[in-house]
Amino acid sequence: MSAIAGQKSRLTWAVQISVVVMVVLWLIPTVGLLVSSFRTTDQISQSGWWDAAFPVEKAFRDRIPADGETQANGAYVLEGNLLTDGQNAQDLKSGAKIVAFGTSGIKPDKYKPGETADLGDGATMTVNADGTFKASSPVSFEGSGPRVYFVADMPPAFTLSNYREVLYSDGMGQAFMNTLTVTIPATIIPILVAAFAAYALAWMEFPGRGLLIAAVVGLLVVPLQLALVPLLRLHQEVGIGQSFLGIWLAHTGFGLPLAIYLLRNYMVGLPRDIIESAKVDGATDFQIFMKIVLPLSFPALASFAIFQFLWVWNDLLVAKVFLPANDWSKVMTVKIADDLLGSRGGDWGILASAAFISIAVPLLVFFAMQKYLVRGLLAGSVKGG
Amino acid sequence: MSPILQGIITIVLGVGGCVTYFYASNLILDKVIFPPKGSDPGRNINRANAVRPWLFLFPAIFALGLYLAYPVVGSAWRSLFDRDGAQFIGLGNYEKLAADPTFRQAVFNNFLWVLVVPAAATFFGLMAAQLTDRIKWGNIAKSLIFMPMAISFVGASLIWKFVYANNPQIGLINAIRDYFQLQPIDPLQIPFWNNFFLMVILVWIQTGFAMVILSAALRGIPEETIEAAVLDGANPFQLFFKIKVPQIMPTIVVVWTTITILVLKVFDIVYATTGGNFGTQILPSYMMQYMFRDDGRATAVAFVIMIIVLPVMIWNIIQARKETR
Repeated sequence: MSAIAGQKSRLTWAVQISVVVMVVLWLIPTVGLLVSSFRTTDQISQSGWWDAAFPVEKAFRDRIPADGETQANGAYVLEGNLLTDGQNAQDLKSGAKIVAFGTSGIKPDKYKPGETADLGDGATMTVNADGTFKASSPVSFEGSGPRVYFVADMPPAFTLSNYREVLYSDGMGQAFMNTLTVTIPATIIPILVAAFAAYALAWMEFPGRGLLIAAVVGLLVVPLQLALVPLLRLHQEVGIGQSFLGIWLAHTGFGLPLAIYLLRNYMVGLPRDIIESAKVDGATDFQIFMKIVLPLSFPALASFAIFQFLWVWNDLLVAKVFLPANDWSKVMTVKIADDLLGSRGGDWGILASAAFISIAVPLLVFFAMQKYLVRGLLAGSVKGG
Repeated sequence: MSPILQGIITIVLGVGGCVTYFYASNLILDKVIFPPKGSDPGRNINRANAVRPWLFLFPAIFALGLYLAYPVVGSAWRSLFDRDGAQFIGLGNYEKLAADPTFRQAVFNNFLWVLVVPAAATFFGLMAAQLTDRIKWGNIAKSLIFMPMAISFVGASLIWKFVYANNPQIGLINAIRDYFQLQPIDPLQIPFWNNFFLMVILVWIQTGFAMVILSAALRGIPEETIEAAVLDGANPFQLFFKIKVPQIMPTIVVVWTTITILVLKVFDIVYATTGGNFGTQILPSYMMQYMFRDDGRATAVAFVIMIIVLPVMIWNIIQARKETR
């Protein structure tokens, strides 16, 4: 018995570990981009995001101003602080520490902090870790202080500057509003149209019903690519052209098969007694639909709404074709794929924050409404389930 | 008019219009066209009930017909014309496609995608479903593996482009290579294999979908079959591969075909990562190259995709017919 028990717990451990590995593998890419979106371009090019929590070493160059020269014991002395008062003070945030310094660009890390560097002609210089320095020379510096190179440990720092930049100067803010403007009507409008049709297909007897259901199932898989050219032409001929109205109509049409299919599958499962007793009591189909079936179908309506919302929000193809290609109408996916990947191709901080602006809302919806999403998936895919 | 205001008006008009249409058309049907009175009220009620389903269905059928059925015919027809649609050239566009090496490359790559992505996503999904069902924090693990489903293909492409970045300070792949003192590479530019690096992105997204559905199917297996197998001394692997998997085979097929259809339609990933360069072209992204430039060629590619999807479509319809019967 004990042998079996031992085997069991070993297997449990193996299961635990494999799940941990899988979850980590699935999360790492997203986490990497999320972390990078809060780092400056400098930090991203200096160290990997996995080192973001550790300090980064960075090299600087400065020239000590000679106008603060004082005279003491026959030597000319310059004193000050490289970190807080130097030319690089802007880049050196509080907490930076000097780890090495030097007098030439070839070996910027020749001396440790606190050591004394030889500047030639009897002049010397000392730089401390906190940035304070002291240079002294037997003759006057005469208006040109010594050049100094140093390497500083930059403490880990996170910033919202990428988000600010991408939202305001790269136009992601406008794109966000456009995505929202496209998504909400395109999610709401198909629901009612589909619900009436689903009710007819589920609870009304008429010739050709089976054929219509089959047609809906067939249309579920029609590639959208087919619709692009003929519909764009149609829109142009009736005067809609490339516009928000056009994309709402397109998404409504493309979303209908799934909506009808999901809702019909759900409505068929509603208890027959309720609907029949309502009919016996003299309720019309319209009343039964509005007062009984629609409220009872709420979970299926929610499932579809989430699907359609995610689908429209994340769509690139339909937006590229049915919206005008000017800057004012671009949705976020188009903005990222067509603008930012080209113009800011290497600027990972900007790209990452743009990606997260576009991902944030779907993720919120996803985690808040996961129950309905899963239910909808199951209704759509597990036959008979 | 600002698009937001326009959006609000569209919602109000759309929803209000729908309700008004359904309410008014029912009212007219019952009170005006076939009122339940006169010489034969019973016959009028029956007539009204025969018409009513079509009132309910009309907006949906109209929209489906216009936005999905008509384009199939419209695209097929358009693909027989030249660039401007002015001249009928028969199968000229298809001949041009067949002669284009990029098109043949796209077909070959698409074939690889269809072969690899559904298989990999279903396999990982099945593993994740089985493993997470056995542990306490399984639901959290599930949600995290499922999460990429909410991310757009463009977002996912960016996330993975970052992983693949050709710089050991940025890209994880090259950081690992760097650790083993290997030269950095650009995974998206290695001929042939870059296709697989792109497929990883879609597998990453679709595994969660497969997992959720297969996990529900696994839970639906009757306990008795499992207990019987355990009593007969089946080990956990036998239990899984010989008892559980065969019982959920129909669901596995559904998941597999659903992902296959998706693979044939997704152009975003290739578009946002390589733009179809370095030998990664697939049919949907190949089509977008010609969209707006040569509509004849673009519709011909779309129709080729349709022909590839057709067998799955027919199979789905047959399955659905079986169930509704």
